[in-house]
Amino acid sequence: MKTIEPNSSIATPETFPPPSIAVWQHSHVLDLDDFTREEIELVLETADAMAEVLTREVKRVPTLRGKTVVTLFHEPSTRTRASFELAAKNLSADTVSLDASKSSIVKGESLIDSLRTIQALGADIIVMRHSQSGAPYLAIQHVNCSMINAGDGWHAHPSQALLDLYTIRRHLGTLANLKVTIIGDIMHSRVARSNIWGMTTMGAKITLCAPPTLLPWGLDSFIANCQLSNISIETDIEPALENADVVMPLRLQMERQQSGLLPSLREYIQLYQLTTERLSIAKPQVLVMHPGPINEGIEISPEVAHGTQSVIEEQVTNGVAIRMALLYLITGGKNK
Amino acid sequence: MPPNLLISGGHIIDPSQGIDRIADLLITKGKITWLGDKGTAPSQADLTTIDATGLIVCPGFIDLHCHLREPGFEDKETIATGTKAAAKGGFTTVCCMPNTNPPLDTQASIDYVKKTAESEGTVQVLPVGCITKGRQGKELTEMNELAKVGVIGFSDDGDPVASSRIMALAMDYSHALGLPIIDHCEDKELSDGGFMNDGWVSARLGLKGMPKAAEEIIVARDLALAKLTGAKLHVAHVSTESSVELIRRAKEKDIAVTAEVTPHHLTLTEERVMSSQLGKHNQLTYDTNAKVNPPLRTKEDIAALIKGLKDGTIDAIATDHAPHTSVDKMCEFGLAAFGISGLETALACLMSLVHSSQLDLKTIISKLTFEPARIIGSRYGELGILKPGCRADVTLFDPNKEWIVDSRDFASKGRNTPFDGCHFKGRVIMTIVAGKIVYRDNSE
Amino acid sequence: MPERTLMSPEDIQRALIRIAHEIVERNKGAKDIVLVGMQTRGVPLSKRLATTIQSLEEITVPVGSLDIGLYRDDISSLHLKPVIHRTDIPTDVTNKQVILVDDVFYTGRSIRAAMDAIIDLGRPQSIQLAVLVDRGHRELPIRADYVGKNIPTSNNEEIKVYVKEVDGEDKVTILSPNKGATDEND
Repeated sequence: MKTIEPNSSIATPETFPPPSIAVWQHSHVLDLDDFTREEIELVLETADAMAEVLTREVKRVPTLRGKTVVTLFHEPSTRTRASFELAAKNLSADTVSLDASKSSIVKGESLIDSLRTIQALGADIIVMRHSQSGAPYLAIQHVNCSMINAGDGWHAHPSQALLDLYTIRRHLGTLANLKVTIIGDIMHSRVARSNIWGMTTMGAKITLCAPPTLLPWGLDSFIANCQLSNISIETDIEPALENADVVMPLRLQMERQQSGLLPSLREYIQLYQLTTERLSIAKPQVLVMHPGPINEGIEISPEVAHGTQSVIEEQVTNGVAIRMALLYLITGGKNK
Repeated sequence: MPPNLLISGGHIIDPSQGIDRIADLLITKGKITWLGDKGTAPSQADLTTIDATGLIVCPGFIDLHCHLREPGFEDKETIATGTKAAAKGGFTTVCCMPNTNPPLDTQASIDYVKKTAESEGTVQVLPVGCITKGRQGKELTEMNELAKVGVIGFSDDGDPVASSRIMALAMDYSHALGLPIIDHCEDKELSDGGFMNDGWVSARLGLKGMPKAAEEIIVARDLALAKLTGAKLHVAHVSTESSVELIRRAKEKDIAVTAEVTPHHLTLTEERVMSSQLGKHNQLTYDTNAKVNPPLRTKEDIAALIKGLKDGTIDAIATDHAPHTSVDKMCEFGLAAFGISGLETALACLMSLVHSSQLDLKTIISKLTFEPARIIGSRYGELGILKPGCRADVTLFDPNKEWIVDSRDFASKGRNTPFDGCHFKGRVIMTIVAGKIVYRDNSE
Repeated sequence: MPERTLMSPEDIQRALIRIAHEIVERNKGAKDIVLVGMQTRGVPLSKRLATTIQSLEEITVPVGSLDIGLYRDDISSLHLKPVIHRTDIPTDVTNKQVILVDDVFYTGRSIRAAMDAIIDLGRPQSIQLAVLVDRGHRELPIRADYVGKNIPTSNNEEIKVYVKEVDGEDKVTILSPNKGATDEND
């Protein structure tokens, strides 16, 4: 099926930008809540340069030669880990991947001890995924390496949100005033949370749509206390989809039904599955995105997942470029 | 026999007797002998005079709720270290909770605690017995036996009694003994798996919350059962506005309920979890030192708790001192143990409310002395009072002394405090237990 | 700090025209030439060269832009990183004469990085270098094939190139460090 091509008239502007010093202030990338608009723009621009490298036959530049990137994953993941590893390799860094659930180095060890070991082995950058929210914030108190959060519990997944922003911009040019609808298990979703920060910073309007049992009780209060504007909450999918520019269904984990949060998958599918019919409520040029992995037939129908509006596969490619950009941006430049 | 002491020129505040003036206090043979105008004490041989000018002199603080961890968890705290911490905090009597290992559900284990406290303790330790065997919530303990051995009440603290039926039976049974059932009110079906208050901070941090309703449900249940059985109920560590309201209405209906609140629930909100310094939000953290059960709640709850103290709905202040090792706390937020090591910061914490005019000094002292003594009853004599003939348990403190909390200076093994680095005004200068000086502040 | 103009817009134009002629002469025409401008100011300069060559040979020379940010050797010590722009070279460089175009030629490190980048993209038949200003102080054994103007400098001086497409005007200036009281009486 032919997927929509990015709008090439928007991709690279025909002007000469004046040389500018980066506004980057981060030694770590833990979440997008403390990223300014300029910093997000910088990541997206840098990812653009990285994307060009990915079009070459030899997808390699010597930028991080001699640097060691260690991926430490406490939760299984194929795509995110592979994405980070490829990103590091494309930048000529040395990579080591540690699967905490299997590795004897980290089994039974406290997180802090594992990280100290990794630091002692010579890691410059640690890319960590952990099942506990907040784990990276503990980690950076105890090691000097730069850290990229590849997902912590329900809390944050900044590289995913950045690649989502990048993908949207490639197709729609700007994020300002776009209506972005995120459907699914908001309560347990680090992708939703990081996207909330990223998208509101870039001026988009977000609609969160979920069954009431998958929305945190404190959500309204969170939005108010953090002074986030342009976020609305819906339990009904149709108003959520109306005139949406971007629709992002989230993966529904089977455990949610088992733990009683939903009466049945059937009811969820009936009320929330993104079907071709429902998609027609959104704008005609709507982008269909998904952080993956997809549960075809649950949160999204196969027709939509593989349909003309889907940019799900492109998100994966963009993910490598974004992660290359992040690895580049957090290297060096630290006040020693 | 400890030496005779004359505590001279201090501002004596004894709410039990309505005393609030500069006066002298004479202690001989471990008991209060005389209280009167400065310089008019009857002459006494072998007298050591303590100059208490500028200090508040009051009955020694009584902590209705603390965890000494011994037997079984001596890496976190022992009776020896816990009572030293108590003395540093101005507490002369502590009631230790029975969630030890083995739990205090038999005469033998309580005897052990009593003997150890006798030989190694610095302050008086009064035991609380379990409500159910092994704290399993299924079968009542031999409450009569435990009462004989000296428990001041029964609790499965750490856990609620989940079954309403068992709780009703426990209340019936304890009623005859005249001892309170102390309940840790939490509906675990609702709160289990939660790590902090369910609210905006938990939503933002991506943490499962423990809703206020989980506490209020069991408070309401226990009050209904107290009404039914006529038993004495003591609600441990109240933390929410609605819990206070429920207790207030129950008291209006003359239900026999008492309640306590902790210093940290009076001063910290849930936001403390996400900021490492009080009031500073610049660097997001997940501070396990602010992880406690019941969790830190909201501004509205604090206001209600303070109002509850003022109007008598909440009778006492108790620390719920819960020391943990650094291994238990220096880890991912979800995996960290719940609890705050609170004995040594309690007074300073409460003084911050006095200095900001939210509570007055007399109320605080009353809630730390007279009221807890009333709840304990008379089996250990008259506590919390500076009456001639009573045990000389006395605390002297400087209400204005400024200091900075450094957990490395704690006598407790537990360094887990959210107040590290805090600037406080108010510090214990001396603690006297049964006429013996067990703590003396030697800082600048 | 006095800033003195060393090349006027006309000087720059003449230099570029001469360079364009030299390129055509040395390469015996414009066939198989690819001009690659170095970000940032090399890019508009390369476009101007292409325009001139077009009028000489009636051949459209492909023009690309190259950002060497990913090829720098000093990434760890940079406190503030420059923004990286997308490298965009519209043709394959294999078997072509690649002519790098930059505004100022100084230590040679940027050109070293640029050569690495070009070689990553293909196998050019030759890589040549055209610069508007050569200020000396090479740290690597690299030379320019086409030079607009040689300006000997000392290390504490700064050459600034202004290009109309980026800065709004064309000129080349030199900034010397303040020499004392005499300069304050202006």
